[in-house]
Amino acid sequence: METNNKIYFYPLWLRIWHGINALGIILLIITGYTMQAGNESSLLGFNTSVNIHNISGLTVALNYLLFVIGNMITNNGKFYIVKPKNFLKRPMKQAQYYAWGMFRGKDKPYPLSEKRKFNPLQKYAYIGVMYIFVPAVIITGFALLFPEIIIETVYNVSGIMLTAVLHSVMGFFVFLFLIIHLYISSIGKNPLGNYKSIINGWHHV
Amino acid sequence: MVMSQQKGKLPYFHFKALEKLLMNICPQERWLNLFRYNNVKMKHRLIYISFIFLVVFSFSEINAQTYYDNAEEHQCLKCHSSQTYTFHNSLMEYEEKKLMNPFYIMDTVALKTGVHSAFDCTDCHSYEYSEYPHKGAIKLEPLPKCLDCHGGSDTPFQFDKIHEEFEKSVHYQVYGDNFSCSKCHNIHTYHPVSTTSSNVAEIVEYSNSMCLSCHNDMKQYNLVSGRTNPEIVEIHDWLPNQQLHFENVRCLECHTEIQEGIMVSHNILKKENAIRKCAECHTQNSRLKASLYKYQNLQQRSEDGTLRTVISNQSYVIGTHQVPLLKTLGVIIFILAFVGIAIHLAFRIIYKK
Repeated sequence: METNNKIYFYPLWLRIWHGINALGIILLIITGYTMQAGNESSLLGFNTSVNIHNISGLTVALNYLLFVIGNMITNNGKFYIVKPKNFLKRPMKQAQYYAWGMFRGKDKPYPLSEKRKFNPLQKYAYIGVMYIFVPAVIITGFALLFPEIIIETVYNVSGIMLTAVLHSVMGFFVFLFLIIHLYISSIGKNPLGNYKSIINGWHHV
Repeated sequence: MVMSQQKGKLPYFHFKALEKLLMNICPQERWLNLFRYNNVKMKHRLIYISFIFLVVFSFSEINAQTYYDNAEEHQCLKCHSSQTYTFHNSLMEYEEKKLMNPFYIMDTVALKTGVHSAFDCTDCHSYEYSEYPHKGAIKLEPLPKCLDCHGGSDTPFQFDKIHEEFEKSVHYQVYGDNFSCSKCHNIHTYHPVSTTSSNVAEIVEYSNSMCLSCHNDMKQYNLVSGRTNPEIVEIHDWLPNQQLHFENVRCLECHTEIQEGIMVSHNILKKENAIRKCAECHTQNSRLKASLYKYQNLQQRSEDGTLRTVISNQSYVIGTHQVPLLKTLGVIIFILAFVGIAIHLAFRIIYKK
């Protein structure tokens, strides 16, 4: 669907999924850090943080199923497929545009269209987050929720400890992604354009 | 006990080890007076060393063969190690077989390896127990108290301080002198696991088994308190991952007040005062560092240089904060990301993009 330079990029299910995911992940990051600091006097107490973290974690995990199923039954999934040709050259070109080209008034190397929802760099970042980091956080988070299923020791290192470290390292990368994602979203025709798009579904090209 | 641990070290004999050894044999200051080699003139030193060698080897000899090596031959254990005992009934003139009181049956293996294995039964119990039938009156004789030997010493164990703490505990407050050290520390079989083992799980299991021997045993609990047993599992229902906690931390961690200067606080708190805050342990400033992980043997384990032991020691701290390197890396990456964003934003403002 394309009208007046507007493309209906984000169908309702995707926007609902994105909203839940965003809210859930923000809560998970805040409570995750509160728990790591373990400070009773912090805004959120330890126990409250644990409860919020568990509930948000479960919500984000279930929501992830919506993302996977949605991608399977709609054509949204195809936007996450990487072409092997110029595997590294394409995202590099986009990075060069962000770092240099956009300030020199150069044209976008990969303008978005009905067929190209994400530029290559964006696509790589989304694949990394949605198919590597988030699933890893979900799996390790599930294991930490039921620690008795974790292997006791791996070469004499506590299995729980390894799982916990992996969980927070992966969570850290999701947080890093979130910051960069929020910033890059402000690049567009106007700084708020992309934020509006994910609410109303229409993307300005 | 002590002797057997020290025995293997004799070839590497040196003064400090010897001093430690003597303190272990009898933790009294007077031993050390014999051993103030620094204050003794050189010509006397050899005499002292010869004497000490004599003492050490004679004790080693005793230890190599403890009183309890052959239970069947031991005058007490030949009866007190089995379910039944046989004696000659001189009144009726026949051999009589009787059931042994189960509380008086000794675990001979544990007895042999226990901390007091260098002592014979009659070193503490009346010598008159050598006769059978035992005279009724000797039951009234008081047994020596732990502090009779261990009190007044300046060993790292600090028994006097422990006793002071114990007197504040719920056990002493409720049961008074009837609650003796031996209610938890079995004199016959006690092992100093917490100060010798480097295996946390082993230390935890040994320590918790002392508490659970009553608190999870209807009969034993009833013997001391006269009340029915509280249900351990139900009471700790609030505790997430209960089983894992029970396997990895001691009851003491939450049920005592941490006391500086002694290894284990003996001030067992009333259940209402027990710690119920996750953050007390699951933080970098965890109370476990001042309790379970303050043992030198566990600290050494974390300091032996290998990464795996360093990190496996703090697995109770949540997330990457248990690995300081990752924490620092995380901060650096964040700073770099923010600096990158700030520079990019500055250029966008300058170029009005």
